[in-house]
Parts: sequence; structure tokens; C-alpha cells
Amino acid sequence: MLASLSLILLCQLIGEAVVRGLGLPLPGPVLGLLLLLVLLLARDRFALLVHGPLRNDGVETASKGLLAHLSLLFVPAGVGVVQKLDLLASHGVAILLVLVLSVVVTLLATVLTFRLVSRLLKQQDIR
Amino acid sequence: MKDNPFSLWVYLSQSPLLWLTVTLLVYATTDAVSLATRRHPFANPVLHAMWIIGAFLLVTGTSYTTYFAGAQFVHFLLGPATVALAVPLYENRKRVVSSIVPMLVALVAGSVTAVVSVVLLAEFAGLPRDVVLSLAPKSVTAGVAMGIAESLHADPSLAAVAVILTGIMGAIIVTPLMNRTGVTDFRARGFAAGLAAHGIGTARAFQVDEIAGVFSGIAMSLNALVTSFLVPLMVTLLVR
Repeated sequence: MLASLSLILLCQLIGEAVVRGLGLPLPGPVLGLLLLLVLLLARDRFALLVHGPLRNDGVETASKGLLAHLSLLFVPAGVGVVQKLDLLASHGVAILLVLVLSVVVTLLATVLTFRLVSRLLKQQDIR
Repeated sequence: MKDNPFSLWVYLSQSPLLWLTVTLLVYATTDAVSLATRRHPFANPVLHAMWIIGAFLLVTGTSYTTYFAGAQFVHFLLGPATVALAVPLYENRKRVVSSIVPMLVALVAGSVTAVVSVVLLAEFAGLPRDVVLSLAPKSVTAGVAMGIAESLHADPSLAAVAVILTGIMGAIIVTPLMNRTGVTDFRARGFAAGLAAHGIGTARAFQVDEIAGVFSGIAMSLNALVTSFLVPLMVTLLVR
């Protein structure tokens, strides 16, 4: 468990270091995600890597533990709304309406594009 | 009475222990309620934890800075949790690879829609310029959105609030909306949830369906990438 958590933190640390060092416009943890994915894929290929957290589902179990309560992690930032009560009092209704409309439009655009493209691809397969 | 009982409160209310405990306790309660309602969209645990803790801070006159000194331990885990998304991605890699084309096309369509729609709607609503800029990155996860807002000289803390509100709304709306569109493909539904509503949408997607959760996590990571490039570009094109 400890080794698995360390591996996750290490991936994030390397991700942050590379992103800062090279001035890449992407968040460090996303690069850390890619790194952990590459490690997991490499483990299946090279027996040499099957050690410590990469053995017996170590890092898998730790990751699932973290993801089991993903919503909780957003609570502290969400409570930050108390600092914005003045702004919400003056523009709150407009802001909420803008956000809700935008999120509906975005959900629909994404899901319909996904379905459309995968349907077009399937038709090609059948022919 | 050796001391004013009030001094105990003064001591505790300044300590990280109290606010970390409050955060976990309130969330554990709202999550239990959500579970008891069989994950009803309106019983969203983040939404209810947020206002309950917020009200508690206002009533006790505690500043957000004091609260955050305790809650930061939870906040910190957002980074490692993002890294941890590699695991469901790895375990479902075959399904992911086979859906790569629809994913990438939907990613571009969704990211552009997210940014353009919020900027146009906010301008139309006559919101002040710095508010429009702070709302622009609202569909990506909090840390990234704050970075984007900073680079635009907008308000990062407002960006974070817009992100959380968007996430909660997305998580509440996604299931009824998708049921209405008749889309039963959980890859597509999850992908849309993660793209529009980042981690809160992803948390919701995992509650509904494992595959939806995986695709949601991918959408969230990819959208963080695309939006970082897209927002500065769209802002120069669209904001007066």
C-alpha cells in the first residue's frame, strides 16, 4: 500500500517536474497519468518490472481506493463559494443560467458526435 | 470553571483538525444520504456537503483561509487521484483503443462547444469582462482552470467556483438528459460527462457504470489538454 501510494506520488512528481521544466501547457498530474499507464503496459511486456507496487495488483488497489471517493476531493474547492457571495448576489442568476445552458449544450454536442462517428464507422465495417 | 468554554472553540476553530474532521464527517453523511436514495441525481454529495459546510463557516464566522488549512489535505489528493485514473484506463484499454476515433472527434466538438458556448452566453448576459474570462475554462478540472484563469489575468478563485458549479450541474443533469436523448451507449454517455463536468462528472459516471466512468476519466484528462490551448485562442477571437 505504502509503495503503491509512493509510486502514484512519484508519477505525479515527475509529471509536475517535466511540465514546469519544459513549460508544457498541460497539468502535471495528466502527464503523471500517462507515465503510470506506460509503466503498467511495460510491466506486461517486461518481467523485470514485475516488482513491488507493480506486482499483485498493488498500485491497482491503491488507485481504486483513491478513486472510490473522487467526489469528496472537490468539496474543499467547492466551499470556496463562500468567498464569492458578493459576486453571486449581483450576478448569481446570470452566472448559473450561463453555466447550466453551456453544460447542457456541451453534453449534447459531445454525446451526439460520439454516437454519430461510431455509427458511421460501423457502417463502413459492414460494407 | 477554569476557563471560558469559548476558549476551547477559539483554539479548535483555528486548528486544521476541526476543519478536516468537519469536511469528512459532512461528506460521509451526504454520501450516505446519496446512497440511501440509490444515487438520485439531486442527492449529489458534493452539492450538499458544500452548502452545509459553507453555512457552518458563515454562522461561526470562520474564514475560508482557516477552513482550507484543514481541508487542504483532502484537496491535495486531487492530483494523485488524476494519476490513479491510469488504472481503469489500463484495465479497459482494449475498449478504449477500439473507440479512439469517435473519442477524438467528440473531444474536439465538445471542447470547442464548452468554451464557445460559455463565452457567448456570458457576453450575451452582459457579465463583466473579468467574469467572462473566469468562466471560460469551467469545463476542466479545478487546478487546470485556475492556471488558465491566471494566465488570462482573470480571477482564479472565481474560475474554481465556476468549475465546481459546472461539475455539480453536469453530474445532476447528465443522467436524465441522456435518458431523454435515448443514447444507451455508456462509452458515449461517460465521455460526455467527463468532458462537460470533469472530475465531478467522472465521479457520477463511476456511480452509474464502470465503462462510463473509464470514458469519463479519459475525456476529463484529454479536455484538460485541449482546453489549455483553446481558451486563450477563443478569448482573443470572441471577447470584446
